[in-house]
Amino acid sequence: MEILVTQVFNGLSGGSVLLLAALGLALTFGQMGVINMAHGEFIMAGAYTAFVVQQVVSSAGVSLLVSLPVAFVVGGVLGVVLEATLLRRMYHRPLDTLLVTWGVSLVLQQLTRDVFGTAGVDVVAPEWLAGPVEVLGFAFPRSRLFILGLAIAAFLALAAGLRFTPLGRRIRATVQNRQLAESSGISTRATDRLTFFIGSGFAGVAGVALTLVGSISPNLGTSYIVDAFLVVVVGGIGQIKGAVIAAFLLGVVQSWIEYTTTASIAKVLVFALIIAFLQVRPQGIYKLRTRSLA
Amino acid sequence: MSTVRARRTALLAVALSTGLFLAACGARVDDASGAAAASCVDTSGSEIKIGFLNSRSGTMAISENTVYDSLEMAAAQINGAGGVLGKQLTIVAEDGASEPTVFAEKAEKLIRDDCVAAVFGGWTSSSRKAMLPVFEGNDALLFYPVQYEGLESSPNIFYTGATTNQQIVPALDYLKEQGVTSLFLVGSDYVFPQTANRIIKAYAEANGIEIKGEEYAPLGYTDFSTIVAKVRDAGADAVFNTLNGDSNVAFFKEYQSLGLTAEAMPVLSVSIAEEEVGGIGASNIAGQLVAWNYYQTIDSPVNKQFVSDFQTLYGADRVTSDPMEAAYTSLFLWKGMVEAAGSFDVAAIQAAADGVSFDAPEGTVTVNGENHHIAKTALIGRISPDGLINTEWSSGAPIEPDPYLTSYPWAEGLAG
Repeated sequence: MEILVTQVFNGLSGGSVLLLAALGLALTFGQMGVINMAHGEFIMAGAYTAFVVQQVVSSAGVSLLVSLPVAFVVGGVLGVVLEATLLRRMYHRPLDTLLVTWGVSLVLQQLTRDVFGTAGVDVVAPEWLAGPVEVLGFAFPRSRLFILGLAIAAFLALAAGLRFTPLGRRIRATVQNRQLAESSGISTRATDRLTFFIGSGFAGVAGVALTLVGSISPNLGTSYIVDAFLVVVVGGIGQIKGAVIAAFLLGVVQSWIEYTTTASIAKVLVFALIIAFLQVRPQGIYKLRTRSLA
Repeated sequence: MSTVRARRTALLAVALSTGLFLAACGARVDDASGAAAASCVDTSGSEIKIGFLNSRSGTMAISENTVYDSLEMAAAQINGAGGVLGKQLTIVAEDGASEPTVFAEKAEKLIRDDCVAAVFGGWTSSSRKAMLPVFEGNDALLFYPVQYEGLESSPNIFYTGATTNQQIVPALDYLKEQGVTSLFLVGSDYVFPQTANRIIKAYAEANGIEIKGEEYAPLGYTDFSTIVAKVRDAGADAVFNTLNGDSNVAFFKEYQSLGLTAEAMPVLSVSIAEEEVGGIGASNIAGQLVAWNYYQTIDSPVNKQFVSDFQTLYGADRVTSDPMEAAYTSLFLWKGMVEAAGSFDVAAIQAAADGVSFDAPEGTVTVNGENHHIAKTALIGRISPDGLINTEWSSGAPIEPDPYLTSYPWAEGLAG
């Protein structure tokens, strides 16, 4: 029983990390069909933003909270710059975007190395996130609970934004049928750019959250980009709720296999399971219903 | 046409006679020596070329750039003091790019095209394993500065980091002395931790220490929630950590956030030095143990000079670490060997190497001519909240290198 609770929690907390990393990607990959390999570096930029903010705001508790919106903007601006300079020239050429953004990711990594040095940096976790909290005799790390909460909040905010705001409606319309949306008077160009801002902004937020669990080094992005893409593909392209289910599912499955075997075997088995799953359901958990032919 | 043939004949003659000479001396038995003896190192001028081969890019750049810095400083100091045998050192630097195959290619280039007298560098065991045949095949010299898993020795490599009996075995002795009767092993899933843990398990069996669990994470792995939960539930007296790189950050953050402490369950790490503590965050790892042969805090005039020289050159916020010190030392040891041999010739250096010593920042080190490792003092350190490491225990005197652990009965069969 205790193992069950611990492992389900570990799975959910691992899943929440995956979800944060993948949420923005689900949006940009889904809507615009661009494969943004630099998404991982936007996450890294968010983590370094937390580091920089900490240099300015010395209180660890405050700096984490300040970092979240700042990192959203930093990630978002990076995304818009990438979109405006490179990606807008190659919509619906996913392979080209893959190569171009991969190049961009290498450039961003080297830039980070030049600015912040090759060694990792440290963001001090706030006092109120240190150590575990006891619930019914189980110890849950506070930092993990915080990330879980943040991931759920980010998802709810995004889902509500897509559902209830005018921009959200424009985004959904563009995803479902770009031509029709355009002919109904929606500027898909502006919508694309805003979508990219939001999607990349979420990468920045993910970066701040990751400072609580992992290393902040120039190769931070590479550790998460593959998993993030897996979540998006398994969830179903263009589907935010698919990403949520996929992230938590992968987290729980991974932690269960890892508990009974080893981390390396779990990694391999999860990959194998994903491949098997995509054979049965190539469109992922959710299929995008669209009348568009493209 | 005829000149080419003449040159070829001459070369062959040189090669043959060198081979015969060496065979007569009984100095070495090496199938590749014939062709390789025709070294292209140019010793005629006032300069001599040496190669630095470190990962300046890729995932290992974090660590290897620091080694490069200290090598560069050593070369500058040697040049400032008049060079080696009166010749100034010229550095040819290559980027191993964190890829073993690139290390092998660049090593070949440094030896054959740049004609360097010796190469300094490498970090991962896989990079060393990839370079080994290149150095043996070309009969050139590599100075390797990082602690490693042992069970290796080559006439063409000088190992200036610790081998297992100078780091892991003293660490186990220390833990045993502290009353540790059970251990949990956590490591990255590749050659060094797997081999190290084989040694640890053999030691544990012979010394009545129970191994409560053994977990490996892929290199670069970042989710340690399950592994740390297993560590907590196993309830060992201490954790022996052979994780490498970024994984350490995730591991210690998770360890901390589950409320595990250095007092309740200490973690002894063998791949975390001053440089890494900064990235992990001193607050996440303060109080934990490490095993090395050098710390920045070593209280000796030589080390104080070394640290202050380094910080003057690269900035007051920089720290010095064991691999950097071993790399720095390696350049001076090579200088000592060349001077003892009176020549830059590889065979002459190999013959003169035994007993060459250097007053290093870690203390006096001496080359063992038999296995090409050096005698080093083992130090167990405790990480302090300011990010530096203080010596907790010292072997007192340098320990002779024993890469194959032949002097330990429990290690029988490990080398096979």
